[in-house]
Amino acid sequence: MSTTAPAWQRAVQHRLFWPIVALVLLLAVNTINRPSFLSIRLQDGHLFGSLVNLLKNGAPLLLVALGMTLVIATRGIDLSVGAVVAISGAVALSFIASSPSPDSLTTVLVAAGIALALSFVLGVWNGFLVSVLGIQPIIATLVLMTAGRGVAMLITGGQITTVNSAPFKAIGSGFWLGVPVAVVLAGVVFAAVALLTRRTALGMLIESVGINPEASRLAGVKSRSIIWTVYAVCALFAGLAGLMISSSTMAADANNAGLFIELDAILAVVIGGTSLAGGKFSLSGTLVGVLIIQTLTLTVTMLGISPSVTPLFKAIVVIAVCLAQSPKVRDLVAARRRRAAPTSAAAAEVSA
Amino acid sequence: MTTAVPDGRPVVEMTGISIEFPGVKALDGVDLTLRPGEVHALMGENGAGKSTLIKALTGVYSIDSGRIVVDGAEHTFSGPGEAQAAGVSPVYQEVNLCENLSVAENIMLGHEPRRLGAIDWRTTRRRAGEMLARLNLDIDPASSLAAHSLAVQQLVAICRALVVECKVLILDEPTSSLDADEVAQLFAVVRRLRDEGVAILFVSHFLEQVYEISDRMTVLRNGKLVGEYVTAELPRLELVSKMIGTSLEVLEELEEAPKRSVADREATPFVQALGVGRKGSVQPFDLDVYPGEVVGLAGLLGSGRTELARLLAGADRADSGQVRVGGAPARLRTPRSAMQHKIAFSSEHRKAEGIVGDLTIRENIVLGLQAERGWARRLPKKQVDEIVETYIKALAIRPGNPDALIKNLSGGNQQKVLLARWLATAPKLLILDEPTRGIDVGAKAEIQKLVAQLSGEGMSVVFISAELEEVLRLSHRIAVMRDRVKVAEITNDEDVTVEDVVELIASGGQES
Repeated sequence: MSTTAPAWQRAVQHRLFWPIVALVLLLAVNTINRPSFLSIRLQDGHLFGSLVNLLKNGAPLLLVALGMTLVIATRGIDLSVGAVVAISGAVALSFIASSPSPDSLTTVLVAAGIALALSFVLGVWNGFLVSVLGIQPIIATLVLMTAGRGVAMLITGGQITTVNSAPFKAIGSGFWLGVPVAVVLAGVVFAAVALLTRRTALGMLIESVGINPEASRLAGVKSRSIIWTVYAVCALFAGLAGLMISSSTMAADANNAGLFIELDAILAVVIGGTSLAGGKFSLSGTLVGVLIIQTLTLTVTMLGISPSVTPLFKAIVVIAVCLAQSPKVRDLVAARRRRAAPTSAAAAEVSA
Repeated sequence: MTTAVPDGRPVVEMTGISIEFPGVKALDGVDLTLRPGEVHALMGENGAGKSTLIKALTGVYSIDSGRIVVDGAEHTFSGPGEAQAAGVSPVYQEVNLCENLSVAENIMLGHEPRRLGAIDWRTTRRRAGEMLARLNLDIDPASSLAAHSLAVQQLVAICRALVVECKVLILDEPTSSLDADEVAQLFAVVRRLRDEGVAILFVSHFLEQVYEISDRMTVLRNGKLVGEYVTAELPRLELVSKMIGTSLEVLEELEEAPKRSVADREATPFVQALGVGRKGSVQPFDLDVYPGEVVGLAGLLGSGRTELARLLAGADRADSGQVRVGGAPARLRTPRSAMQHKIAFSSEHRKAEGIVGDLTIRENIVLGLQAERGWARRLPKKQVDEIVETYIKALAIRPGNPDALIKNLSGGNQQKVLLARWLATAPKLLILDEPTRGIDVGAKAEIQKLVAQLSGEGMSVVFISAELEEVLRLSHRIAVMRDRVKVAEITNDEDVTVEDVVELIASGGQES
């Protein structure tokens, strides 16, 4: 029956309709404010423009939010990603700073390798607490959220470590075939996660564990190792995000790197339509969520409003999108429409 | 057992109580009379209406028709608070206390004595201490509730019910998680309260306990009143048949379905359980299941039939005994390891432990098979479509659209999808716990037919059902459970009747 419903009606019913409307509106506000906003120009073989910056600055958040999506799909949450971002940056920069040849590619690769490996280990720790010891995810990851920044401080010795290393700088500020390296990295990870979850059975098993853990266990699903893995992967992605963030500033700031990124990531996941109750997840939804948050941050700055009130605007967008997605609100709206036009509402009901 | 059956003015008289839920008549003209100083058992199988009746008496549900008279005055309760004010106090199955609070705080919760607007803690503790003393409980009111055993917590819950002037105490399955000593401790308290003149309504699935403690009983079946009896005058056998519902005469006339080829007993059993048990769940038992054999588990609810099945399926871990699969020792530590031994288990809780509601029919069918293969080796789409199409057709699953979400299906169709999930894993032993509960007659017959067909093809089946007729129709052999013990095992031939099984359940396998 849904094929008989008009195309626009099906579009409105799509779960990403309202988030995309919000994104388009935000982009429109920016374009009206500054008509050059949408223009992208090629300069020295590199792409430049507000949109390119938007994507580049959003890359770390996308990485973190991707991991968060998987964790949330298993009914969990990971509050420690911000701390992992800080630790990863601190480890990489400290290694480079203490190395005799900070400009060598080998040094940077080893530094990145150590940082990512450590991030992964931290994720394994989170996963152990949640899946083996059965600690509530919010508490289990709160441990590392608070302790992690202390660890980063120990690594940097309480200083803001700065280095000069061209290969490392490339992670956050370099270009590859004209596209920012950070965007390429985030795109590759996004594609990899999408392939891994949707081309293998991993996505279905993650959702199954998130929807009904006991039924999944009885069906033979290895829920423990699945939950363990998503926490490890989430921290690994946070570690990569940490490399990007520290690379774009070329400084490891244990106190401020990745501060509140866990909240932005959770917001992005929720805006993208993945329920905090676990279960069905949407990677493309998370992508849209990240773009909304990033655009919003940019918009507030562009409009000359103090960045310190950005959270207020984030809250407004979140509440608007969540209301638009809420089944209860949808039912209320549908009921009103039904009263107004009993026949046309029936069609909408069927397509829902 | 008590012999003195008190008479006198009833403290509770419920007459002609009816409660209707959308589409279901939960209670239909039920009477219940409670006299002061008696322990009155409320008996009935699952879904008979016991809980609904209790909730009517405690004001949780409002009644559609009938009268409730408490202590001579007619009441129309519109909430639990009003019922409590009238002197009716329930203690529910799941002890609803706060483990993190002290014993005194739990007892006095909501009734704390106040002074100048603040809680008077000293009086609180003193009054709680008095309540504990009344039940002969020697524990410190200031101690944390979590520090005490479940039995003591149960008694604390009773204390709490007694804080308000209590004329009627309702105990809903108070012993379900207690061991024998703890039950004795609880019963001592119950007798003491009875002697003080409190009317006690006692609900339990343990027949022995009901006969030990109760003076009278009211039996319900399918929301209707079967009758009120004096416990000492009602033999166990009669009670069980009244609960299950087929009168003995009719049972004897019941036509036996023709028995199919009896399984090949020369072969080694596919599964052999030797002294397998789990503390607090089911006593060690022996059980053999031969290839192509249907073993029925009979027993009342809570008799341990589900617990036995869960041990065989690896859903719970046994703490004693040994399981042999195909003659070789096997460790069934998880459902997954049982599946690797080709044992599949379909739980009685379809919603909580069966379906994955937000996934489609297709995903629910292949979940077991996919889980067995691991996430990396995804089933090829073609094979998935083949499996799904085969089972949707073979089991007549409606709707036949594999992309429909399973949560939108009827109970019978959800059950068929779950059967398909397990059959897709090609098990050699299929354990079905209440596969036909709460589904319509058509689906029920289809599932019974399927079980017969599968065993004909050589699959072993362990079949659990509250309906004895069904167990008799399908099983080659029947194991009888009572009070968490396997009490008997009989070969099912033409001579075995429902009456025989009822008698075994009632007598506990001993000569009566």
